[in-house]
Order: sequence, then structure tokens, then C-alpha cells
Amino acid sequence: MRENLHRFFRAARGAGVHVSPAESIDAMRAVAQVGLTDRAILRDALLLTLAKSQDEKLALGDCFDLFFSQPEPRQDQPGAENDDGASDNSDQSSSSSPAGEAGEGQPPEGLGPLAQMLLSQDRNAISAAIASASGAASLSDIRYSTQRGIVSSRILDAMGLQRLRDDLDELTTTNPSLAERLRGALDALREAVRDTVSQGLALYAREEAENLRNEILRNAPLARIERRQVAEMRALIRQIARRLRERYSKPRKRQRRGHLDVRRTLRRNAAWGGIPFLTAWKRKHRDRPRIVAICDVSGSVAQVSDFFLLLIHSLHEVVDDVHSFAFSSHLIEVSEILEKKSPEEAMAEIMSKVGFGSSDYGSSLVDFEKDFMSTLTPQTTVIVLGDARSNNLDPRADILRRISERSKRLVWLNPEGRLAWGFGDSEMPRYATFCSVVRQCATAQQLERAVSDIVATYQ
Amino acid sequence: MAEQKASTSIEAVESGLAAQGYIASRQIATAVYLSQQIEKPILVEGPAGVGKTELAKAIAAWRGLKMIRLQCYEGLDEAKALYEWKYAKQLLYTQILKDKLGEVLGGAQTLHAALEQLHDFGDVFFSKEFVEPRPLLQALEQPGGCVLLIDEIDKSDAEFESLLLEILSDFQVTIPELGTVSAITPPTVILTSNSERDLGDALKRRCLHLHIGFPEQRLEERIVESRVPSISQTLRRQMVGFIHEIRSLDLKKLPSVSETIDWARVLVLLQATELDTEIVKDTLNVLLKYEADIEAAHPQITTFIAKAARSNVFG
Repeated sequence: MRENLHRFFRAARGAGVHVSPAESIDAMRAVAQVGLTDRAILRDALLLTLAKSQDEKLALGDCFDLFFSQPEPRQDQPGAENDDGASDNSDQSSSSSPAGEAGEGQPPEGLGPLAQMLLSQDRNAISAAIASASGAASLSDIRYSTQRGIVSSRILDAMGLQRLRDDLDELTTTNPSLAERLRGALDALREAVRDTVSQGLALYAREEAENLRNEILRNAPLARIERRQVAEMRALIRQIARRLRERYSKPRKRQRRGHLDVRRTLRRNAAWGGIPFLTAWKRKHRDRPRIVAICDVSGSVAQVSDFFLLLIHSLHEVVDDVHSFAFSSHLIEVSEILEKKSPEEAMAEIMSKVGFGSSDYGSSLVDFEKDFMSTLTPQTTVIVLGDARSNNLDPRADILRRISERSKRLVWLNPEGRLAWGFGDSEMPRYATFCSVVRQCATAQQLERAVSDIVATYQ
Repeated sequence: MAEQKASTSIEAVESGLAAQGYIASRQIATAVYLSQQIEKPILVEGPAGVGKTELAKAIAAWRGLKMIRLQCYEGLDEAKALYEWKYAKQLLYTQILKDKLGEVLGGAQTLHAALEQLHDFGDVFFSKEFVEPRPLLQALEQPGGCVLLIDEIDKSDAEFESLLLEILSDFQVTIPELGTVSAITPPTVILTSNSERDLGDALKRRCLHLHIGFPEQRLEERIVESRVPSISQTLRRQMVGFIHEIRSLDLKKLPSVSETIDWARVLVLLQATELDTEIVKDTLNVLLKYEADIEAAHPQITTFIAKAARSNVFG
């Protein structure tokens, strides 16, 4: 039983539920209390002790159903030697309905247990043998889909494939028709083992596969992401946002000790004739981040801007106020659209208003200066996201200089690689003069680092 | 054998809570049973008004225990939650005992001896006499155990959570001057949260996590039946069906169980026998608390009533 629970915990971790040793101990204690007879109560008990949020409850519930839909490996035959299968056969054939026509032709004596089992077509015995063999082949350690082949062959070996082959060779000469039947049964067995391994993979390897996929996704260039991956990427961005929130939204303790604030101390103690009973200390003021984001939504940069805006706007707890602007040939404010609508709808609306034109940085900056210069304060960080390719129009770098003078920092994120800056119609070197930081920002990982650094300067 | 006992005990919890007018689903009953058996707090999450606080009250009433409630809010600290020294009393006593102090110290020859005597004396002022127990300490000091309700933990600061960890895992608190106070009988601890912010993993790890959502139609009917017995069966079915339809809308604040009960009371007061468009329109403000929500629900009322009536026929 304990073994089974441990396998379930492993499967639960695979399903993305964090099961710490302490939680597994609690779950064990809970199971010891409620027992195993009532599956619904067992399910409730495990959900109560292991899952710590509604999402985890759903994931764990699915995992529970999948896990217990499998035949359980029999624990009483640790070695899973092939002769155990035979004893199984005799145990179970009495309870199971004899399966079909195969029952008539009694398998001849002198065959291996696996061959006998296959010929008598006792499904219960076969599935029990598969389960115990998969225990021996440590199916629950499977991590990658590439391991499927080796695990399958290990299971078949544990079931006694070698003996079966010998039997087959022998039968081909003595009893060809029986050999034919055995061969068919062997194919069916292979298929069944393959299914078992796939199910095991779904159960135990999900976490690993997900980690791997996320890792690849994090380093994939955002601009060239495939359509089907967009949803996954959004989920990843949300994860990143959650991590940043956790890191930076902690209430910031102000510096309490340090320099005595003489003026405030004297004023506070005026009632005692200036004798300092109560002391006042100088405090450091920390600003909450104020961010103005100006995003290019033309052509190839659009996808990156999309993810960037999603990230910035998921940081409510960390960032006090965000003003977002989108432009390609002209510039509009998009904060409200992003606040009110779901990310998909908001992006579609922004695109329909300004998207996909050919970018004109100069006139967009003119638009910004004319209408929105007042949003900038000395505490504001301005983030410009774009490739700085202005189609050989006037870049108006002078406006960028004024923006930089009015704000705390000006950060330029460019999805293009450094090598491409300054070539063709790229105005990056001219703009870079006025930026506090210029960095490449093509993948989710770079995006996370960039935003993390920006927020960190306010800590 | 033990397993047999478990399922019957869970039923016993369910009926015990039902006797107090709290209709619990099986998940809730299992959680309550387990929390008693393995002595762990329950963290209850869910939307407002589904009976999180009510659960603690029902457990207390069912088991005849005192309920101690700690309402959390921003800025709650250990002086208000755990214990505080009675400063005024300490000051007063030192004033009154001034003469006595003089007497005691008068016998000492040297300054050193006086200091020695003062040391023996000083600890008196930091004894249990001068501790003002706040809810958490009170809960530990109940000889027969109690139900400790820590309400809306998500409203408190993150630091306060860490303060709770010692109590939740070991049922004890440490007062620097006095040492560790352990619970005489471990209290049944219920924490509630509206998920306004994510709680720390350390806190979650120490609790059984119970999510109470909106109840199923049958369960909600039973809840209304136990709370508002005077309502007729047809009306009860109709109104619960109607509320389930309302919950399918995209509203700012969905009506929860407490609103259902309020509405049932209102309908009984108005002596309604059946749900019709007029009476729903007049009383919709009991269910929905935002003007925008009421406007959104208005055009749907007739369809919802029809749907509720139809499900009534088949249900």
C-alpha cells in the first residue's frame, strides 16, 4: 500500500502538484485514518492534504482518476520472475470468464509460462503480469518519450520473452499452426505493453516534459513563435509575472536606523523642553515603479510587444502605474484597452487601431510629445520596445532626448540582435545615445531579465 | 474495521453539523473529520458568503466548545493577536509597592546586595499576572479545547502569517520573558481566506486545504430548507434554480449562499407562493449588490424563471 501511495505522489508531482515530504507524511496519516475502501473518501482526503490551491485540486483529481484507472501492479511478487505469471494464471482463471475460442485447444505441455498464458488468452493474468513486470522495469522512473523503447523491451524481458522465443522456434518445427497463433498473441502483447508504457509516460513524465518544453520556449525568439505556441507562451509569461510579483511585491521595510533626523526629533520632543525622549530617524523614500511603455506594434515586433505588454500589465502588485502606448505609423494610448479586456481581445483591438503599418518612429514620437509628455515624471521609467527601423524617415532623436531628460531612466529593448543595429534603416545607434540602457530582448528569458532589472532599480 | 469506522464517522460529522443547521458536503465533512484525527488546521478558501465562517461556528456549537475569533486586518500585529503586557498595571503596582521596595532594599548593606535583591524581585513584574492574553493565547489556554477561527487571513500582512506558523504546527507560542506556552488541549483551528492575495507556502503546507465553492442545486435546496423552514417546496426549488441561472451570468459579484438565504427570507416575508417576474424584479437587490449587475440581470429574468420552472418539472 505504502508503495502505491509513493507512486501516486510521484505521479502527482508529474501533474504539477508540489508534494513535499512533509505533505506526503500528512497524506499518509490521513489515509491511515480514512482507509482505502471508499475511493471517493480517499480522493477527498488526498485532495485535502496534498493540493494547496484550486488549480492543484483539479490537476490532482485528474491524476487520481488516471492513476487508479490502471490495474495496480501486484506487490506480492517483487522479483516478477516469469514463473510468477504462471501461478497468477491459476489464481485468476477461476474468477475470470474464459476468453473465447482459445480455451478449447489446450496448450501442449513443455511450453514456457508466458507462452501458456498467451495461448490460454487469460486477460487478467496477462495484464497482471504486465503490471508486475513494469514494476520490475521501473516504469515509474520514465522521464522522456525517447525512453519508451527501452522500457518496453525491459518489460518484455522481465515477462520472459527469451523463453517465449525458444518456444516459438521449437513450435515452428513441431506445430506450425500453434506457432502462428502464438506469434499473433505476441504481437498483441507487444501492443499492450506499448500502451502501458505510454500511459506511464503520461502519468510520470509530465513534469519533466513540461520543464523541458518551457525551457525551450523560454529561449525561443518571441517574434518567430508559432501560432499554436502562443497560448503556451502566454501561460509562461504569466508564470514569469507571478515570479516577479513574488520577488518584488513584498512590503518594503524602510530604513529605520541610520541617521538621526535632528529636525523631526526636536520638533517631536518640544513638549519635554527638547529632551529627546522620542527619536526620529531619517528614512529612505522608495518609489513604486512608474512605467511608461512605448511599444512598436508594426510587423515583426508586434508579437514581442504583445508579450511585453501582457507581462507589464500583470505586475499590478509591483508596479503602481503603467501607461502603455502603441504605435506603428502613429501613436495611441492603450492602457485602458489592456486593463479592461482579456489579453487576446485587447491585442486584437490594438492591432486593428494601429497595428501592422510600416513604422514611423519620428511621427510617433511627435505624437507622444504633443499629447502625453505630461505623463512623465522624474520617477518614471520609460521603456521603448522596438527595432528602431524607421524606414529611412526622420528619426527625431531630439524628442527622445527630451523624454530622457524628463524621466528617471530610459530603457530601450530591441528584439533584434546587436549585430543588426545600425545596418540598413536601423536608427539604433542614434537613439542609443539618449538611453540609460539598451538591451536585446528577443526571448522570454531576456524579457524577464529586462523587466526584473527595471523593477529592481526601485527597490 | 478502522475503515468502516472512518466512513461512519464522516457521516456522524455531517449529521452533527446538520443538527446545527449547517448542511455540509462530503468534502467538508471529510476535512472536519481529518482535522480532528491528525490535528491539523483547516484553511478554507472560497468566494464570500458560502459559509466559511459559519462552518467554524457550527463546529463549535456541535461539539459544545467555545469559539474564539480573530478577525484579521491590515496592520494586525502580535500585540493584538497574541499577548500584550499590561503596562499600566505594571506601573501602578510599582508605584503602590514603592514603600515595600524601599523596605526590602533597605536591609541591604551594599549596592551589590541591593541589586541582587532587586533581581529576585524584578521577575515578578514579568509574570503571567501581567500578561493580557489576546485571542491566540486565549485559545491555547482553554482547558477543554476550543474552536479558533482566524478569519480572513488574506487581509493581514505577510509578516503576520509567519507569526501564526508556530501556533499552527505545534500549538504553542513563545513569549520571550515567560518561555513557551503550549496548548492544554489543542484547539480546532479554522482559517478562512477570500484569496485576496496568495498565502505563503509555509502556511499552506501546515493546513488542510478546503475549497468551498457554490453548492450544487440539491445541496443548496437542503441548506435553504434547514435555514428557512417556512418556505414551500415549489418556491424553494424555483428560487434555487433561478439563482443557479443567475450564477451563469458574468457578474461583478455572484450571489452566494448567504444571499440565497436572505432572499428566501424575503420571499417568505412577502408571502410569495411562486416566482414571477414582478416579485423578482422588486427583490433583485437582495441578490445582487451592484447596480451594474442588476442591470445586466434584468433582461434575463423572464427566461431564467421559465428555465427554473422547467428544471423543476423534470428535477
